[in-house]
Amino acid sequence: MRVDVTNPLWRFRGIRATTWVFFAYLYLPILVLIALSFNENRLATIWSGFSTQWYGVVLDNDDIVRAAGNSLIVASVSTLAATLAATLAALGMAKGRFRGADGISGLIALPLVVPEIVTAVATLLFFILIGFKLGLLTVIVAHTVFCIPFAYLPIRARLEGMDKALGEAAADLYANDWQAFQRVTLPLLWPGILSGGMLAFIISLDDFVITYFVAGAGATTLPVYIFGMIRIGITPEVNAISSLMLIVSILFVTLSFLIGRMRR
Amino acid sequence: MGDRVGTPAIEARSLSKVFGAGADAVRALDDVSLTIRQNEFFTLLGPSGCGKTTLLRLIGGFEQPSQGDVFLEGQQLTGLPPFKRPINTVFQSYALFPHLTVGQNIAFGLEMLGRPKEKRTARVEQMLALVKLQGYANRKPAQLSGGQQQRVALARALASQPKVLLLDEPLSALDLKLRKEMQIELKRLQTETGITFVFVTHDQEEALTMSDRIAVMDSGKILQIGSPTEIYEHPQRRFVADFIGETNFLEGRITEANGAAVAQLACGHNLTLNGPGQKGSGGGQRVTLAVRPERAEIVPPQGEGLPATVGAVVYMGTDTTYHLTLADGTPFTVRSQNHEGARLDLASGAAVKIRIAPAAIQRLAD
Ligand SMILES: Nc1ncnc2c1ncn2[C@@H]1O[C@H](COP(=O)(O)OP(=O)(O)O)[C@@H](O)[C@H]1O
Ligand SMILES: [Mg+2]
Repeated sequence: MRVDVTNPLWRFRGIRATTWVFFAYLYLPILVLIALSFNENRLATIWSGFSTQWYGVVLDNDDIVRAAGNSLIVASVSTLAATLAATLAALGMAKGRFRGADGISGLIALPLVVPEIVTAVATLLFFILIGFKLGLLTVIVAHTVFCIPFAYLPIRARLEGMDKALGEAAADLYANDWQAFQRVTLPLLWPGILSGGMLAFIISLDDFVITYFVAGAGATTLPVYIFGMIRIGITPEVNAISSLMLIVSILFVTLSFLIGRMRR
Repeated sequence: MGDRVGTPAIEARSLSKVFGAGADAVRALDDVSLTIRQNEFFTLLGPSGCGKTTLLRLIGGFEQPSQGDVFLEGQQLTGLPPFKRPINTVFQSYALFPHLTVGQNIAFGLEMLGRPKEKRTARVEQMLALVKLQGYANRKPAQLSGGQQQRVALARALASQPKVLLLDEPLSALDLKLRKEMQIELKRLQTETGITFVFVTHDQEEALTMSDRIAVMDSGKILQIGSPTEIYEHPQRRFVADFIGETNFLEGRITEANGAAVAQLACGHNLTLNGPGQKGSGGGQRVTLAVRPERAEIVPPQGEGLPATVGAVVYMGTDTTYHLTLADGTPFTVRSQNHEGARLDLASGAAVKIRIAPAAIQRLAD
């Protein structure tokens, strides 16, 4: 680690050790989980040798594959819907300053700070009140709603960083509103939309609390299934599925980050 | 283009623009009327915040006037969106489309107008040659220097042969050397294309060197419109005289002596003026006079002129500036060229006289 001696923090003795403990605390459990997913032993916590058999077991388990399928369906559909809604919201918010614009912007982002359990209970209550039968569709609707702010923020940020004069330049050069949007705004906004969409996808894929509340029979997603498995005991299969999900998540977050940073 | 020589390119009638409402309302333009001729290099000059951009945006259609109308070659533009006006803009930030190549940027307007591909390609080549950027068609704007981006912005705006080109402080982001180059370049482009240019700047030197005519603006109003010479030599308002170049102001009252107009100055001495004087009851009216430093001359104390005391003498290479004080304490600056034998050896505190020819004196309205 390179040390910046001008930073007064480094004069605090033990800062180095604290830093290492901090990172160990963050990442050691994950590393252990990945390591144990390759454990040959049926008892997940006792190491007896290297094996990839549990990945095979996971892929052979129809319930797991079905849960993974549900997760992908939910994540894909709600990502599309949420990203579309977020894009329209961001465009609408950028169109002009109007009274209460800041308030509405805050309302769009508010679900990010509402405790998830509250959203979960409220969503369940809502579905019951309107008589919506719990199933995969309720999960998709719920996911769409809570994914909107995650998709909205990167799109909004991208739009805000865009020179207003670009839209005016398009209009100046004989592009009507639709042409200006299609030829200038959308191509420039695209990285923000992709980035927001990927974030929404990963948030949906990962969600447990809300899904647990609103998933009806046959709508079990992967996190909900893992939770069910873990109640029986930690098995190497759980470790293997978790590792697979981790890989998918890292992939998407990295992509989202890279695309978000893309300048043009 | 020049088929309707009589009709002005742009005419603004009683244009007003108010931003906001109630207590926060800003009157950015206040009853502005002006006429811009065909093929003219017309400059809007004024300090920051005086409403230049607002006037340009009203012509371009990016804002709608609160009152008044804009006409293009006699046709009313009010209500037309920018994409229906045959007017193009060079934006201060250039606003090149970053995801398109230089060639695609230049072709954008032609494409929107539905011109066929071969015509567009040919036109792009022609425009690149015009702004001396041949071979740059496939670059992205980010790969160009500021000066080159500026040229692309010009080429893009000129490609569809607009009736009027609007330029909002297009040179302000360039360094001094490049700015001087682009001033000449812009003037050349305007002459070659024959397109009416409406150019915005807060730089008086830029305005004087480039323009056919200048409109000097302050606080949302046009104070004076005229050629650079008229604006510089014959400012009508104190603001104009002060904003453009250096000026000495003299306060006094107008009377008449021996059939000529005479100003009785605050310093107690008289100054002969051109033009009519005021006799009798109308006489003695307050007046402000403007005199450019290079139009006054220092003479020995026994000569004719306004008595003054020498303050600082500043040698500036091509010329020398003398900071003087009149009898009543009014400061007065004289500048003279440093040609052979012309430099006066004046010590601080020396008594001199300032000779001002009647033709060098400009009477101001306020
Ligand atoms: N969109 C706007 N909303 C509110 N006030 C504005 C807006 N545009 C310009 N103004 C105000 O109008 C005045 C003139 O602005 P502008 O035309 O940009 O001046 P200039 O280009 O001469 O610097 C300024 O006081 C400015 O703050
Ligand atoms: Mg401006």
